[in-house]
Amino acid sequence: MESNSLIIDLKDISFSYSGDKLVLDHLSFHLHSGDRIGLVGPNGSGKTTLFHIIMGLLRPSSGRIELFGRSAHEEEDLRAARKRIGLLFQDADDQLFSPTVLEDIAFGPLNLGKSPEEARDIALKTLARLDLTGFENRITYKLSGGEKRLVSLATVLAMDPEVLLLDEPTNRLDEKTEEKITDILKGVNLSCIFISHNLDFLLKTTDRIYAMVDGKISLDEEPVPHPHIHVHKFGRLPHEHES
Amino acid sequence: MIEEQFSTGGSFVHGLDPRIKIIVAILFSVVVAVSSSFLALLPALAVSLFLIVLTKLSMGKVFHRLLLVNGLILFLWIFIPFTYKGAEWFTIGPLAGTKEGVLYASQITLKCNAILLAMIALLSTTPIFALGHAMSKLYFPDKIIHLFLFTYRYIHVIFQEYRRLTNAMRIRGFVPRTNIHTYRSYAYLVGMLLVRSYDRAERIHKAMLCRGFSGKYYTLSRSSIKIGDILYLSLMLAAILGLAFLQWKAIA
Repeated sequence: MESNSLIIDLKDISFSYSGDKLVLDHLSFHLHSGDRIGLVGPNGSGKTTLFHIIMGLLRPSSGRIELFGRSAHEEEDLRAARKRIGLLFQDADDQLFSPTVLEDIAFGPLNLGKSPEEARDIALKTLARLDLTGFENRITYKLSGGEKRLVSLATVLAMDPEVLLLDEPTNRLDEKTEEKITDILKGVNLSCIFISHNLDFLLKTTDRIYAMVDGKISLDEEPVPHPHIHVHKFGRLPHEHES
Repeated sequence: MIEEQFSTGGSFVHGLDPRIKIIVAILFSVVVAVSSSFLALLPALAVSLFLIVLTKLSMGKVFHRLLLVNGLILFLWIFIPFTYKGAEWFTIGPLAGTKEGVLYASQITLKCNAILLAMIALLSTTPIFALGHAMSKLYFPDKIIHLFLFTYRYIHVIFQEYRRLTNAMRIRGFVPRTNIHTYRSYAYLVGMLLVRSYDRAERIHKAMLCRGFSGKYYTLSRSSIKIGDILYLSLMLAAILGLAFLQWKAIA
């Protein structure tokens, strides 16, 4: 793929669920190959809706979508595009529907036309890559919250997508799992958009952070120096903090 | 939620190809269900007992499962002998029981237990997912298989949702009583569960679409028919044919 090619091109997209309030309000957005974008915004500002519009799970009431340089309005085009974009859902229970971890990770590759042997191979390799070796025969609904999140990520990565759309990947995770996911995502060399409320995570994993307010996206890149007040024990003693 | 207690084990039956087990289970239950002669039903019970012995399952646990169903059958014994048409055979107080009724109730009891034992021996000894795969290889309709597997996968999630909701009710002091408030609250609970399950189904479908799902469910497993499978199938087919023959002779 040529560098900086346009992968996702949204123009003037509007969308509303019930017909009254616009969740996306004439929104335009581009993602170029190699972009790593963080997306922040208050609850209900339309971040998840934006992802679902990109994947063609929801249809905009007006506007134009192009994915990989092709118009994406027909189900057929969307189907082709979905194979190249990996979306991680907020709730891992929505993503993991097969009884065993191996089956679930192999589901995507099988749909892409891989043979059972290849799919099994890909699944095992993806597990190994995420440090989950030995999880293949675990029952998906018996996994812990953090394990579910990691396995869902594996199901997305196993499809070898060109773009990653992750919807709050660090939400409700303990520090250790969060760190692990951060490390994995830092090492992933793909174009990506991460929705998160966790600024620390976004600063580590993305190059740019957009804010979504009232159905519109704005880029606020100017660094603003600002002091913090913080509280902890022995605060009177002279000390330093890691930046 | 669903423990699948019997699905793991080292017996010969556990290692059989699930396709063989499904075929045998279907044929056996159909033949037993339509049989009416004791000459066929008693051997059928013997066959199913033999199947259970082959599985090396704990008899106590199997018996426990049988108790559940036989609890229901007990009700049949309370009603059928006194309501079935026939000549009076015995009386208890003002009630007259018929011989035909007793025979009919015994038939049902035999049929139920024989089929149930066979199901435990054949289907409970197979992990649910393996059953799903075997069904797909036997060309069952995709929709039935999806329904079966998804029910299994999400019954747990729905149950957790149910628990979350009842806990939410309980921490706010809800105690079920016989009044309108209780009925209304339970109605809300059930309604909420339905709505949430529906929403979840939509989200799962979307997640599947995102991973290239187009209506066909591919499977990973590669099972092969072994010599033991062939032997088991032939033996069982012979037994089932024998049962059918006994029944046919009894009515002919």
